[in-house]
Amino acid sequence: MTDSALEPVAAVRPQTPFQRVVSDFCESRLAVFGLVLVVISAFVALFAPWISPQNPFDIASLDLLDAKVPPGTVSGDGKMVYWLGTDGQARDMLSAIFYGMRISLFVGAVSVVVALAIGVVVGLVAAYAGGKVDALLMRIVDLMLSFPAILVALILLSVLGKGIDKVLFALILVQWAYFARAARGAALVERNKEYVEAATCLALPASRIVFRHMLPNCMPSLIVIATITLARAIALEATLSFLGVGVPVTQPSLGMLISNGFEFLLSGSYWISFFPGVALAIAIVGINLAGDQLRDVLNPRNLR
Amino acid sequence: MAGSAPLQWRIIVGTKEDGATGVARSQQEPEMLVYIIRRLMQAALVMVVMSAVVFAGIYVIGDPVAMMISPDASEVEREAVRVTLGLDQPTWRQYLTFVGDALHGDFGKSFLAGQPAMGLIFERMPATMELAVASLILSLLIGLPMGVYAGLRPHAPGSKAIMTGSILGFSLPNFWVGLMLIMVFAVLLPDLIPWWPRLPASGRGTTVNLLGVPVSFLTADGLLHLILPALTLAFYKGALIVRLARATAREVLPMDYIKFARAKGLSENRIVGVHVLKNIMIPIATVSGLEFGQTVAFAVVTETVFSWPGMGKLLIDSILLLDRPVVVAYLVVIVFFFVILNLVVDLLYSVLDPRVRLESRAT
Repeated sequence: MTDSALEPVAAVRPQTPFQRVVSDFCESRLAVFGLVLVVISAFVALFAPWISPQNPFDIASLDLLDAKVPPGTVSGDGKMVYWLGTDGQARDMLSAIFYGMRISLFVGAVSVVVALAIGVVVGLVAAYAGGKVDALLMRIVDLMLSFPAILVALILLSVLGKGIDKVLFALILVQWAYFARAARGAALVERNKEYVEAATCLALPASRIVFRHMLPNCMPSLIVIATITLARAIALEATLSFLGVGVPVTQPSLGMLISNGFEFLLSGSYWISFFPGVALAIAIVGINLAGDQLRDVLNPRNLR
Repeated sequence: MAGSAPLQWRIIVGTKEDGATGVARSQQEPEMLVYIIRRLMQAALVMVVMSAVVFAGIYVIGDPVAMMISPDASEVEREAVRVTLGLDQPTWRQYLTFVGDALHGDFGKSFLAGQPAMGLIFERMPATMELAVASLILSLLIGLPMGVYAGLRPHAPGSKAIMTGSILGFSLPNFWVGLMLIMVFAVLLPDLIPWWPRLPASGRGTTVNLLGVPVSFLTADGLLHLILPALTLAFYKGALIVRLARATAREVLPMDYIKFARAKGLSENRIVGVHVLKNIMIPIATVSGLEFGQTVAFAVVTETVFSWPGMGKLLIDSILLLDRPVVVAYLVVIVFFFVILNLVVDLLYSVLDPRVRLESRAT
C-alpha cells in the first residue's frame, strides 16, 4: 500500500491510503447517500431507549383503546402523537421500529463478525497449509455453499426452535463459508508475494506470518464481502422472523413487526407492516449502496 | 465458438481456465463416469447425514402428540396415538425404520393429514414449479432487454437508473417485495382508482388439468393469481440477469466479429439481436440454471406471503406444526433436487466449454 507514494500524482498531493479511500468513496453521491442511511439506522439502533417516545416493551404504558390507530393520531391521554400509528397491541410504531432496528442490526452485526472470524481462520489456514487440509476444508465450504442459505437456516431453526441465540447460530453457520472462500482466495494471491517469502526466511512462526503479515493484506476484499454479507444477514433474519421461526415474540425485530402487521395489510391498516418495512429497506439498501462503492474503491487494482 | 466464451462468465461461474484446449474423447468418458459416480456417492452421504440431523433434532425438541390431540385427552388415549405413530419406540429404532422405509420410497405418513408425506410433497410440487418457471420467464423478459440496453449505452441516464435499480433488486428481501406488491396492486391502487383491476393476493385461482397435473396458467383467473407471486420471485433474479447481461454485453461489443458485422454494414438491430444476443445467451442460460435452485428455495417465502399452495408453504406449515415426516420428506426431496441440479450444471459446463475440466472442479 505504501508504494502509492511512488506515483507521480501522489507526489504532488500526498495522501495516506485512508484519505484516498475516503475521497474515492465520496465521488459517488449515491454511495454517500447510502452511508447516511446506514448512519441514521445505526444511530436509531444505538439510542433507541433514549429517543423512543414510548417503551414498547412496557405493557403498563400501553392503552388498548389506542390500538390500530392511523399515523398522526393523538394518544388517548393526549400526551403524545403516534406519528406512524399503532399496532394491534397499541404499541407506538415509531418506538417499536427503533427497538426493532436495534435487534435487527445487533443480530446482523454479531453474526457477520463471528462468521468473519471463523471464515478468516479457516480460509487462511487452508491457503497456508495447502494440500490435503486445503482440499478437505474447501470441500466442506463447497458443500455449505451448494445449498441456499435460507433453506439451511430454516431447517436448522425448525430443529433448534426460536431465540436470538439460535438465529445467531444459524446465520453464522450459513455465512462463514463465504468468508472462508474469500479469505482463501485473497491469501493464495498474497502467499506468493515477496514479503511472505522474506518472513519465511526469517523463520517466523507460521501463525505470525499468517495473521500478522498475510491477514492485513487480505482485509480490503474481506471488508467488502462483510458489508454485503451484513445486508444479507439482516434480510435473512427478517425473513426467518417473518416466517415465524426467528426471534421470539418478546424481542420483535423488524421482520417480526412486519409479520405482525401482515394480517392487517389487506384490511387497510397498512402502517403496521409498511413502516417497519421501510425501516428495514433503509438499512439494507443503505448498506448495499455503500458496499457497492466500497467494492470499487477497495479493488486491489485501484490500490496500486 | 468455445474460444469466444466471455471472460465474465468464467469469473461468475468460478471455473478455472487452463492451457489444455480439449481432452481426448476416449480419455474423457471414463473420467466423466468416475466423476458422476463419485458425486452421486457424495450426494447419498449428504442426504443420510442431513436426514439424521433433522430427524434427531425434531424428535428432541417437540412432542407432536401434544399438538394433535386435545389437552384433556386421557393418558391412555395419548399412549394409543403414540403407538399408532410409532413414537413409543426408541429414537434410533424410529430412525432405522424411517431409513428402511425411505429406501422403499416410503417416508411415513403426515401426522396431520394422515396421507403419505412423499405423496403430499409431490402433490404440491407442480404449484411450486409453475411459480418458479413463471418467475424465470418473467425475469428474462424484464432483465435481458434492460441489461443489454445498459451494456450498449453505459453512460446514458437510463442505464444508471437501471443499475441502481438492480442494487435494489438484489438487496430487498423477497417477502418485503411481496408485501409491497400486495399493498400497491391489491389494496392501494384499486382503492384509489375505481377502474384499476384488483389483483388477487392469495391462492392459485382456478386450475385446469394438464396431463393430469393441475396448472394455473391456462385460465384467466389462474394467470391473474400468478402475476404477483411470480413478479415477487422474479425481482431478485431479474436484477441478477440485468447485471450479467450488461457485463457480458460490454465484453462482447469490442470483439472482432462485432466489428466485422458492423463493417459488413449490418443493421444495428441485427447486430444486437443476433450477434450480441447469441453470445450473451450462454452465460445467461448457465446462471439461470444455477439460480433455479435458489428460486425454488425462495419460493418458500413467496408461497407463504401469497398463500400459494406449493411445497414451500407445506414446509413452513409443517415446521410450525411439528409435522416431522413432511419436513424430513421435503428435506430429502430438496437435497436430491439440489444435488442433481449441481451435477447437471457441472456437466453442462464441460459440454459447453471443453476447456473446463471436470477434475479441476472435483478436487
